[in-house]
Amino acid sequence: MKKETARTLRAFLIELAIYAVLVVGYFFLVLHFLGEGLHQLEARHRYTYAGVAILLIVGQAVVLENVTTLLLRMLRGRSE
Amino acid sequence: MFFPISGAHISPIYLVVIGFFIGILGGFFGVGGSFIAGPALRAVGLDWNFAVGTDLAHIVGKSVVAAKRHRALGNVDLKLGLIMAFGTIAGAEVGAQLIQMLKRAGNVNLVVSIVSIAVYLSISTFMIWESRKTLSQTRLPGGTVKGANAKHDPSAFKHVTSGIQRLKILPMITLPASGVTISLWIILLVAFVGGLFSGFLGGGAGYIRMPSMVYVLGVPTHLAVGTDLFEIIISASYGTFTHAVKGNVDILIALVMHTGAAIGAQIGAISTQYFTGPKIRLAFVPLPLIGAAIVIYTLMSGHKL
Repeated sequence: MKKETARTLRAFLIELAIYAVLVVGYFFLVLHFLGEGLHQLEARHRYTYAGVAILLIVGQAVVLENVTTLLLRMLRGRSE
Repeated sequence: MFFPISGAHISPIYLVVIGFFIGILGGFFGVGGSFIAGPALRAVGLDWNFAVGTDLAHIVGKSVVAAKRHRALGNVDLKLGLIMAFGTIAGAEVGAQLIQMLKRAGNVNLVVSIVSIAVYLSISTFMIWESRKTLSQTRLPGGTVKGANAKHDPSAFKHVTSGIQRLKILPMITLPASGVTISLWIILLVAFVGGLFSGFLGGGAGYIRMPSMVYVLGVPTHLAVGTDLFEIIISASYGTFTHAVKGNVDILIALVMHTGAAIGAQIGAISTQYFTGPKIRLAFVPLPLIGAAIVIYTLMSGHKL
C-alpha cells in the first residue's frame, strides 16, 4: 500500500472513531431531551412540527459538516 | 431504541450504517437514495408512510452536507439549481395527482411498477452505451477533476445535446458556472419531468434528473451531481414539510440516520474529484438496475419492501 494511501486511511479511521464517540453522546442528548417534546409537538401542532423538523435536520447537517471538516483539518493538518 | 413519533423500535446502529452507505451514494452520484432507504426502513418494520416521509427528511440533511462539499469543489450551479427547483416542485405535485387518479382507477401498483421498471432499464442501458462509447473514443486527462477541469466532460451524445442548446425558445438563460446557454423552458421541462417521476415513483428521482442534466442540458457531470444535490435540498424540504403535516415524518429517526449520512456524503463528494465524468456515469449504471430489481421483486412476491 502506498504511504500516502495508508496515511489517509489511518486519518480517516481516527476521524471515524472520534466521530462515533461524538455521535453516541449526541444520540442520548437528542433522544432524551427532544424525543418527548417533538412527539407532543407532532401530535398537537403539525405545521409547527413540520417547520421545526426541517430546521433540525438542516441545523444538524450544518453542524455535522463543520465538525467533520474540523476533524479532517486536525487529523490531516491541511484544508480539504 | 424506541422512537415515540412513529412508535417504532429500531437499532440506531442500523440507521447510522444505512445512512452512511446512502450518504456515499448521494455524495458521489447526486441521488437521494430512496430506492435503498425506503426498503431499508420498511425492513425494520417502519410503516410505509413513515418510511417515505422520514427518508425525505434525511435526504434534506444529507444533501446539505454533500452540496456544501461540492460547492467547495466548485461543482454547484446555484442559478440552475434555483430555476430547477420550481419545475421539480410543480412536477412532483402533478405526479402525486397522477398517483391519486390511478388509485381511484384501482391499478396503481401495476402501472407504477411497469413504468418504473421501463424507466430504470432505459436509463441504465443508455448510460452504459454512452459512457463506454465516450471512454473508448476519448483520451481523458489525468489528475484530480475539480473547478475548471470538471467542465471538460466529453460525451458521445454531445451532438444531440448541442442541438438542444441551439433551440432558440426565448428566454435564453446563460449559466456561467456550467458553461451553458439554453432556453429557460428546456430547463423547466427537465426539472418538471424529474419532479413528475419523483411524485409518481417516490423519492427524489435523482436517477432521472442527474442524467437529464448531463444529456439534455449539457451540464458537466460533476456540476450535475453538485447542482442536483443543491436542488434536492429545496425540493426535498418541500416534500418533508408536506409529509410532516400529514403525519408521515419521524424526525428523530431522520436525525439518527443523518449522523451516518453526513460523513458518508462527504466521502462520496470528495471522491468525485478522482473520477472523470464518463467514469462517474458508468459507475451510475447499477443504481437504476438495483431500483428495477427491487420493483420486480415486489411485483413478483407481492411484498411491498
